Amino acid sequence: MSFEPKILAILCNWCSYSGADLAGTSRKKYPANVRIMRVMCSGRVDPVFIMKALESGADGVLILGCHPGDCHYTSGNYKTIRRMGMLKKLTEQMGIEDDRIRLDWVAASEGDRFAEIIKDMTEKVKALGPFPRNGGDNG
Amino acid sequence: MAKPKVALYWAASCGGCDIGLLEIGENLLKLIDAVDIVFWPVAIDVKYKDVEAMADQSIDVCLFNGAIRSSEQEHIAKLLRAKSKIMISFGACAHQGGVPGLANMYNREMIMERAYLETPSTENPDKVLPQTSCQVPEGELKLPELFDTVKTLAQTVKVEYIVPGCPPEAQTTWMALEALINGQMPPVGTVITDNAKAVCDDCPRKRDVKKVKKFHRTHEIISDPEICLLEQGLLCAGIATKGGCGARCPRAGMPCTGCYGPVEGVIDQGAHFMNAIASVIDSNDPDEIEKIIEDIRDPAGTFYRYSLSDSILRRARV
Repeated sequence: MSFEPKILAILCNWCSYSGADLAGTSRKKYPANVRIMRVMCSGRVDPVFIMKALESGADGVLILGCHPGDCHYTSGNYKTIRRMGMLKKLTEQMGIEDDRIRLDWVAASEGDRFAEIIKDMTEKVKALGPFPRNGGDNG
Repeated sequence: MAKPKVALYWAASCGGCDIGLLEIGENLLKLIDAVDIVFWPVAIDVKYKDVEAMADQSIDVCLFNGAIRSSEQEHIAKLLRAKSKIMISFGACAHQGGVPGLANMYNREMIMERAYLETPSTENPDKVLPQTSCQVPEGELKLPELFDTVKTLAQTVKVEYIVPGCPPEAQTTWMALEALINGQMPPVGTVITDNAKAVCDDCPRKRDVKKVKKFHRTHEIISDPEICLLEQGLLCAGIATKGGCGARCPRAGMPCTGCYGPVEGVIDQGAHFMNAIASVIDSNDPDEIEKIIEDIRDPAGTFYRYSLSDSILRRARV
């Protein structure tokens, strides 16, 4: 059986979750590898969420928020840009592949874009294989 | 009543914790009056076999410093755990892996090659690397095995208390020892310090608005002696680090590096510190943000200076 990755998608309530909803109501097809977690704002996403997700079973983590400038809370997604920029620099140093963690933007009207991002991310994480949990520790 | 029996041990550490213990000054005399030290490799000549001969639970308290990164250290940690009623993780290495924990950025092979082959001062034409066993005419010689991953003491055996610090400050050490001498130990699981909040609470520097356009390394600027170091663009871990040290580093103009471990309720000190740093970046422009982050040359070593072994990711994937 081929490897089917588990991807945790953390979606902001206002734009991206609505975008995912639209993808559903418009019957867009996208891979079933994604598990969605809704937060009020992408600015709520603590790097700890991502590390914990990877260590407890996810092979990739996707964070979706409102496009820059469109945040329901004015600046939450700018905070996300700063945090994720920092996290990516750390994870790169920690030997975690770039494609496992992705920050992107989906507006409430972008059901198509949501489906595309899920497809693209699933393919990329599938190519990487399972995330080496416990640091791939060998004693 | 018999005096409480105390054992002290060092695993993967620099010896600073043992020196740090002497910092309690004349209180040392009170300690020696009040307890019997039954094992302390740095100071008294008691062999491993003497510890092995002790009855289980016969040591009242073991102060264990250093991380666990070899089979010998793991063996002694387990041995002392069996012999001791209370195990205290003493110092940053036992607590969170400490500086030795940064070896988790590499693996055993990389460390061996670096130490025994690549370092400029090494001459090793036959490429001899340490082996766990070696045959000589007199018989077999054995060395402990080096682990791939540096572990904390609590990841190896059950630990009752934590005394944090690199090394623990005299007042912190004495707080723990005094509680021990008076038989008034706090609830199991306590991190023993006199300030459960952040280092900032002990820091006398003036705090205003934290908005940073550029991060500096310590040697790159002459910092203002009055103002918060983080506001001046120095990566000070005080905001993410438990207090109790008296903020000695920021008082002396050096940013806190985080040796007292995470503040109450935080599971990953480095992520917490990183999050705080992200919040002080004064820009909403992705390109500018990237440029500002670029100045943080070594995020793992900066954010996880003492806590990589105890972090969620624990080690680099190499």
